[in-house]
Amino acid sequence: MNFLRTCLVLILLTAPAMAQSEDAFTGLGSNDFDAIGAAITALALSGDKQASPTIHAIHDETLYAAPDGSLLIKADAGYVDARTGAPVADVVEDDLIAVRVNNKVRRAVDAALGSLDLFAATPDIRRKAAAAVFLSRDPAILPALAKAIAGETNDSVRVVIRQAQAASQLANPDATEAEQLAAVAIIRAKGGLEAQSLLGSLRDQTPAVANAAGEALTALARLQQLWSLVQSVIYGLSLGSVLLLAAAGLAITFGVMGVINMAHGEMVMIGAYTTFVVQEVIRARAPWLFEASLFIAVPLAFLVSGGIGIVIERGLIRFLYGRPLETLLATWGLSLVLQQAVRSLFGANNRDVGTPKWMSGATEWGGVTVTYNRLTIVVFAVLVLAALLAVLRYTALGLRMRAVTQNRRMAAAMGIRTPWIDALTFGLGSGIAGMAGVALSQIDNVSPNLGQGYIIDSFMVVVFGGVGNLWGTVVSALTLGIVNKFLEPIAGAVLGKILVLVLLILFIQRKPRGMFPLKGRAVEQ
Amino acid sequence: MKRPHSDTLLYLNGVSVSFDGFKALNSLSLIVEKGEMRAVIGPNGAGKTTMMDVITGKTRPDQGDVVFGTDTDLTKLDEPAIAALGIGRKFQKPTVFEPHSVWDNLLLALAGDRRPRFTLWARETSEEQDKIEEILTTIRLKDLRQHRAGDLSHGQKQWLEIGMLLAQEPLLLLVDEPVAGMTDAETAQTADLLREINRTKSVVVVEHDMDFVRALGVKVTVLHEGSVLSEGSIDHVSADPKVVEVYLGR
Amino acid sequence: MSRLSLSLSLLVILGGAALLAVLNLAAPPSSAFHVSTYVVSLAGKYLCFAILALALDLVWGFAGILSLGHAAFFALGGYAMGMYLMRQIGTRGVYGNAVLPDFMVFLNWQELPWYWMGFDNPGFAILMALAVPGVLALVFGWLAFRSRVSGVYLSIITQALTYALLLAFFRNDMGFGGNNGLTDFKDIVGLDLHLDSTRSGLLLLTAAVLALQLMVARFLVTSRFGKVLIAVRDTESRTRFLGYRPERYKLFVFVLSAVMCGIGGALYVPQIGIINPSEFSPANSIEAVIWVAVGGRGTLIGAILGAILVNFGKTIFTGILPELWLFALGALFILVTLLLPNGVLGLFARRKPEKSQ
Ligand SMILES: Nc1ncnc2c1ncn2[C@@H]1O[C@H](COP(=O)(O)OP(=O)(O)O)[C@@H](O)[C@H]1O
Ligand SMILES: [Mg+2]
Repeated sequence: MNFLRTCLVLILLTAPAMAQSEDAFTGLGSNDFDAIGAAITALALSGDKQASPTIHAIHDETLYAAPDGSLLIKADAGYVDARTGAPVADVVEDDLIAVRVNNKVRRAVDAALGSLDLFAATPDIRRKAAAAVFLSRDPAILPALAKAIAGETNDSVRVVIRQAQAASQLANPDATEAEQLAAVAIIRAKGGLEAQSLLGSLRDQTPAVANAAGEALTALARLQQLWSLVQSVIYGLSLGSVLLLAAAGLAITFGVMGVINMAHGEMVMIGAYTTFVVQEVIRARAPWLFEASLFIAVPLAFLVSGGIGIVIERGLIRFLYGRPLETLLATWGLSLVLQQAVRSLFGANNRDVGTPKWMSGATEWGGVTVTYNRLTIVVFAVLVLAALLAVLRYTALGLRMRAVTQNRRMAAAMGIRTPWIDALTFGLGSGIAGMAGVALSQIDNVSPNLGQGYIIDSFMVVVFGGVGNLWGTVVSALTLGIVNKFLEPIAGAVLGKILVLVLLILFIQRKPRGMFPLKGRAVEQ
Repeated sequence: MKRPHSDTLLYLNGVSVSFDGFKALNSLSLIVEKGEMRAVIGPNGAGKTTMMDVITGKTRPDQGDVVFGTDTDLTKLDEPAIAALGIGRKFQKPTVFEPHSVWDNLLLALAGDRRPRFTLWARETSEEQDKIEEILTTIRLKDLRQHRAGDLSHGQKQWLEIGMLLAQEPLLLLVDEPVAGMTDAETAQTADLLREINRTKSVVVVEHDMDFVRALGVKVTVLHEGSVLSEGSIDHVSADPKVVEVYLGR
Repeated sequence: MSRLSLSLSLLVILGGAALLAVLNLAAPPSSAFHVSTYVVSLAGKYLCFAILALALDLVWGFAGILSLGHAAFFALGGYAMGMYLMRQIGTRGVYGNAVLPDFMVFLNWQELPWYWMGFDNPGFAILMALAVPGVLALVFGWLAFRSRVSGVYLSIITQALTYALLLAFFRNDMGFGGNNGLTDFKDIVGLDLHLDSTRSGLLLLTAAVLALQLMVARFLVTSRFGKVLIAVRDTESRTRFLGYRPERYKLFVFVLSAVMCGIGGALYVPQIGIINPSEFSPANSIEAVIWVAVGGRGTLIGAILGAILVNFGKTIFTGILPELWLFALGALFILVTLLLPNGVLGLFARRKPEKSQ
């Protein structure tokens, strides 16, 4: 009781001072939260230069009311007058009362800040402000929005502000049904999760509005399904291009030459480590080159893995032609040796391969987000494939390779040095694996086990596509990638992968020669 | 072409096979009578081996009928089923079971139950041994019975394969180029052998070697580009201008 | 393989195991002849691997099926046994739940999944150790052989099979203990697993099973069935034109071999004390192939010898130079395939062909 009386006295005492300067700022010093809120909204609309710093001050809880009715903002060095922005000296801190804030006031502050920024100079800030208003949906801002739309010069920003207006209109109890219906239409056109949650909250509006909202909601849900479909396809293509990169080299060594190279994964792994070494050297010697590190790593990885491939062919595989199962075992042994060698050289832990700036970040297409590194890998896979096809089709080496694989003895009789062609073909396949390693270093852990994770998948891709058929490999990699991504949401990542493996096993048993089998007598032997 | 009648053993009508658009057999028709020996000749790539593939179930024809006896449709059966009907085959490239002895090769070929549950417990019976001895005499490999088949000479392998055919006790033998790579003496012996076999069985023999075909002295079918070019006695076909053109012309 | 070498091998396997057991139990620890329980367990492990190798040789050496997923059958047998051992723990587990194994309590499961039913009975567990690998091999083999998948294609899909199982068993909700697998076993048919006598008993049992399997395998490969099998291995299509159905022959040995592996796995788990998904890893299966290759493919005894030799080498090597083991194993793969195509036994074999009479 006593406390109330004290308050009352205080108010009465301060009343004359308030009357002295009645303006938009006055209500801020009030004891009534509603009054403070109204004052904030009014101030925001006033167009006063000091409106923004003052409201910010409320937001930061640095606005104080002095007994004389003036409002002071506490700054780093002393106080400034909220109305004028001029510094104020000799403030008696004990007399100051902080402007009171509760959730309602905070909402008013947020809305006010949003509407203030609606008039900012930079379009981006205006756009952000409008988006914030869309979420806060305060009918009190409607006048500000109308003013902003009228003054807006940027078309795309105007669209966003209109959407904010529509959202606020739907929260406005005074809006006419026609206005609200128009608002629903605008929000339906905007789409997205925010629009959906907004439309979902309109059930207790008038039947016409609620109906329109319900319709809009189903339409948007359908749209969203479509987008998630597109997303799955895009993720699938991305996974598919990774598989394609990993398998393209194998399509040459296994598909064209018939060599079962179980150390193929290690060629990929060596490519990834080449990237690591290139980046280490760049970091130490020429940091400014870092953005280009992958461009340097790609040809180097091709040469390193390709060179190792040639050594492997000359030193091991050529003794095992015609004995595929033995080749399988020997190259498996080789893969163990290579893994251990890398482990001894670089350690067993994951090595850190950096991502250049131009590959980080993401872009949005409609409802889907695509990261730049995935996008780069898709493009890279296409380039590698095109280069490979070009080599096979248009170069002398490619011609000889095809000749040797089609009819070895005839090719030898024509004067082609078949052992060299074998070595170069194997080197080409291994080199491509190395380039794949550069790409994989961007999305996977670079460790000695990197290759192990890809070997079974790669073989599956090549066999599924039909051995000896490069286009088959492409189709198969993309198909497997997409199927995998479609199964993932239904079955979970691991189960999805298991399902794909089981489906593949069943498929191979139905069509042992893959989707696009080569025909002919040579195949049957 | 007339329908198969009771004396017909093998009836091919309008059989076509194509590989990627290339017609290896092009509406081929052929009738082999019971007890007949037929020689099939033709230039390389004429489709002779493919014809045998079709008869034995290795290749499915795109079109046409392949009938064994009066009413067994071979196009519906797979290789083991066709073999079980009594059609034996010798391959162009001799294929014997190399790690096994000559004796075991014949043992595995002997007519009998082929199911695992039988072979698991099977013991060699004296009839089986007599039969193998008899075949060994016929194919002149008596002294090599315990030799590893892979160590035999080319000609001996050809004979072993014919021996395996005999052991199968087929009604019809398909013999693909049996004298390829043989000496003249071996060729003559093989011709004798086939004539002897023909006393109890029908034989279709594919061969390039004109002297050999002449030595057989049987009806000849000339195949060219997957269909029958000419048919008749060896003198008849070698006088046929179409045949002469195919073999000598171009 | 002659009758003499068979008898000799049986003698060495059974006699060796018996000797180790006796020296472990009867010779006092102070004696120079004492064999530690560690060695007994190690020997038991080698013999289990020998069972796996023998089974693999049957399909690879005699039917030409290079299975790169055979360790999966071994592991499945192991899991069946592990489930029995797990249920034997009863209230002695950390959570003291009489029915649920610890990991299920940990996952907040309320009751035993249906596929764990019956595993408290050792007979049922043994039956499953045979049946599960057998049925899997039957289904897989039936599909594969019927559609004539062979050679490296078959190898690759067997590898995919074990890889899929590896991923599956890693999942917690499969109900097999996930990553950690099954472990902390206490006793088997009432015998304490930590007792020396139990260990020696298991070793003897393993040796006996191996000996029995060797005899069965030898009977099989020397029968007419075995001759057909070898014919199928080398010239499959020719056997078809003789009227044999190779797929049935392959399926029979494949299933038999899987069952043999299952038994091996079931014997392995109580001696090792743990079974986890890593047993399914493709590397394990391929390693088993090299045991066979080292000893000599298609010789049965060679497979056993190879398994023991390589694993003995591994024990020694990983004791002294662990980081070099992979180099050694890799080199072994390369050298054996390049220089020793017939394995160690091939070095001693007569160069004359094997005669059947
Ligand atoms: N599986 C096959 N795939 C593709 N072409 C084949 C196949 N089998 C046979 N051919 C082709 O069919 C033709 C006939 O072959 P073939 O029957 O072996 O002839 P022949 O035995 O009369 O010499 C040849 O041109 C051959 O290349
Ligand atoms: Mg031919």
